[in-house]
Amino acid sequence: MSATTTTASSQGGTPKVSKISEAVIRIAGNSQDGIQAIGGFLARLAGRSEQEVMTFMTIPATISGGPSIFQVRIGSGEVLSAGDEADVLLAFYQHSYEGHLASLRKGGIVLFDADHVVPKPEWEKDYRHVPVKISSLTIEAIGGTAKDKGKNIFALGLIARMFDLNTAKLEKLIGERFGGKDESVLKNALAAFHAGYGYSMGNLTDLFQFSEAQQKGQPQVVMNGNEALAFGLIAAGVRFGAGYPITPWSDIMEILRRELPKYGGMFIQCEDEIASAAMALGASYAGRVAVTGSSGPGIALKMECIGWGIMSETPLVVVDIQRGGPSTGMPTNVEQSDLNIATYGSHGDAPRVVLAPANVEDCFYTAIEAVNIANKYHVPVFILSDQAIATRIEAFPEPDLKKVCQDIAPDLSPVPDYKPYDLTAVDGTSRRVVPGTRILSGKYPVATGLEHDEYGHPSGSPKMHLQMTARRRKKLQSLASTFAAPKVYGPPEGNVLLVGWGSTQGPLREAVDRSRAAGDSVSSLNIRHISPLPNGLEDIFSGFNHVIVVEMNDEGLYGYGQLAAILRARFCDPKIRAVNKTDGLTYKVKEIIERVKTVIAAPAKA
Amino acid sequence: MSTQTLANPAPQTVATPPSAERKGLTKKELAADHPTWCPGCGDFSVLALYFKLLEKRKLQQDEFVSISGIGCSSRFPYFVQSHGVHFIHGRALPFATGISLSRPDLHVFAFSGDGDAFSIGGNHFTHTARKNVKMSLVVMDNQVYGLTKKQTSPTSPLGFKSKTDGWGAIDHPINPLKQAIAMGATFVARTTSTNPNHVLAMMEAAMDHDGFSFIQCLSECVEFYEGAFDAANPRKGGVFNEIPKNHDVTDEIAAYKLASTPFPGYFGVFYKVNRPTKNAKESEIITNARAKIQGQADWQLLQKSFERMK
Repeated sequence: MSATTTTASSQGGTPKVSKISEAVIRIAGNSQDGIQAIGGFLARLAGRSEQEVMTFMTIPATISGGPSIFQVRIGSGEVLSAGDEADVLLAFYQHSYEGHLASLRKGGIVLFDADHVVPKPEWEKDYRHVPVKISSLTIEAIGGTAKDKGKNIFALGLIARMFDLNTAKLEKLIGERFGGKDESVLKNALAAFHAGYGYSMGNLTDLFQFSEAQQKGQPQVVMNGNEALAFGLIAAGVRFGAGYPITPWSDIMEILRRELPKYGGMFIQCEDEIASAAMALGASYAGRVAVTGSSGPGIALKMECIGWGIMSETPLVVVDIQRGGPSTGMPTNVEQSDLNIATYGSHGDAPRVVLAPANVEDCFYTAIEAVNIANKYHVPVFILSDQAIATRIEAFPEPDLKKVCQDIAPDLSPVPDYKPYDLTAVDGTSRRVVPGTRILSGKYPVATGLEHDEYGHPSGSPKMHLQMTARRRKKLQSLASTFAAPKVYGPPEGNVLLVGWGSTQGPLREAVDRSRAAGDSVSSLNIRHISPLPNGLEDIFSGFNHVIVVEMNDEGLYGYGQLAAILRARFCDPKIRAVNKTDGLTYKVKEIIERVKTVIAAPAKA
Repeated sequence: MSTQTLANPAPQTVATPPSAERKGLTKKELAADHPTWCPGCGDFSVLALYFKLLEKRKLQQDEFVSISGIGCSSRFPYFVQSHGVHFIHGRALPFATGISLSRPDLHVFAFSGDGDAFSIGGNHFTHTARKNVKMSLVVMDNQVYGLTKKQTSPTSPLGFKSKTDGWGAIDHPINPLKQAIAMGATFVARTTSTNPNHVLAMMEAAMDHDGFSFIQCLSECVEFYEGAFDAANPRKGGVFNEIPKNHDVTDEIAAYKLASTPFPGYFGVFYKVNRPTKNAKESEIITNARAKIQGQADWQLLQKSFERMK
């Protein structure tokens, strides 16, 4: 919590109010306590107050119960990560208190439910302890039968008071959340909120106030990465999807199943992952671009179908919300270890496109880009998101929907002749002719997984396989030439370039800011076009002494993570090195800074 | 696109002549590559009768699509001059489902073999049937894997000697008819490639059925399982028993009993009921959802969702 000014002094019981520019609040409880709801309210409130916000949550991979946290970082300036240390810890149980106090900065505030938590005297000097009998006070506020219900909203009231949050906006949010339910539910929620807000927190005399937001005037939307991706697909014109439930992809299929009919489309829950890839390919073949998606193990199952999509040159969008692997791995934890399967999965030489959105906002726009590439180059396109972006909530400027929404309905007007695999059209950007189209030459194409001639009829001739393999490769090389070089964050030349992809963009940028503030020459680069790579990377790399790829996967047999290995193979440059981790948690900024220092201190191996 | 939906695609830009004037496509117009099947293969007969069906029903090339999986029979789409798909092993049905659901203007015909449909694709056979997706599936059942040169198939009889069952097949064979009925298929028929008129009649009935129509077509493999179906071929001294005229095709139990008759059993339509198709139900969801949006453009609809996320 970075305090900027202190505006009032403690006088006659009037609390001291500190102006702050940002705060990290960690809420720890069990998964049924509604802690995600508190976090969600805070995040949404920040978005409506034109502040930036980023959240981070962990849920147990159990069916019910278990410790769970929700962390929200709210800032008046740019928020790049969910924060290394919490300023405030809200602990509902002894395990929440003992397990998460280490994540609180020294001198930070621990607000705990005195009905359940017994504070440890040795910690009381390092952290400011604020005991509140949250459970019993909630029952007192909303009636004797309430049990544990509503204590999250009571706690939200406490936080609202502590940070001088806009109560009118919060009440409106509570109203929107509970308004559709029984009248008493909303009444109780508001009673709990007011009881918490009105509660006098005894020894905590300091209150905090966020300084004015920097982004004033620009309307913001607040959502998580999966929501942004799903709505991006709709905006892009996707009207058919097929999938099978798996964490953390399921939210997207649930949203699409609910929303697509309104747009004249449909989403089908299939019997398995293979069927969903096949069905989406069938719909794509029949007209516009369709989507399928999954997470690690499900993506593995789809691979034969995706190979067919590459061979037959059928567009498809494949969403992979990565989680810890291999196999069932760590379903509710983050990892960036599907890059290899997305890039190289499927047998044979099977070039396809892989895009990695860098944050929640980028999920929306990457979905549109993926659809457009699939449609233009007739190729499966992967969107590599991950559990961290999928579940984190961010506020971002509302897109100009009138401008971005597009229609990709097929053109069924007759064509004189059609060669789907025309060897002279290597960029693949010709009109795709779908069934239901009359072909006046009377020669109809077959969409096939067999090596084929220009009409799709089988041909296993050595020359044809050579030419067609080159054709499938060349069209992606042609696509690569359209990718602008990514922009370096920080000066374009210096000592260290941190390279990342996907959800690490924010923490890497924050690491750059902190390192530069400490006088170190550090910049960062986010690569969102993973395959094919954009041009110009070698020029960027040449401006730095060290190129360190920071990713959430294992260093591998030869000491490089998955993107690092691709970059080393591409550029044969020994200064490309790696920082990896596989603890299933997002990078803390200080962790990046410390580990990068260790790597650059070690001599580079060729 | 604010008015066109998957349930109601845009009309084609070229008007199709009214069916009275429309001429059926000839075999010459419909034949593409020369079939690669072995001389004497039963699949030739199915291909010829498919041409006959298309000609008789005056289907134009912009009105249908042929889809297959992998296997000898699944080379089928290459031999038809139309929009066609040769998909991967076992997965023709979900692919065909994607087409059927998103393009209600097209007739969807899927062609498969016994290994493709009942072994690797067994799961999809189950779910396409229970979903009652509108399409016709013809499985050319030769009770052996031909393309890979004589391995046991899920319909190979007990004791069948193949390269993978040198001591004779020991796994109980699938009865595709019983399976289809049990899984909720709404049209289940059986025919044999040696009786062309019957094949055509079954295909016509399948095409007219509003739902998932399944035809098991016995189709002999002359290379690896010669004589497998002689007992059902009068020209080879067998008997071709049509389903008794008094059989009630909507009686599931009666159909199941008929389907259990030992080889050569019966030929014809075993089971046929009307149940709303998945296509119709999805279309209804779309129609209801769109009735509420009162002609808003896509971006306006999306804007509404975004308003809720502010």
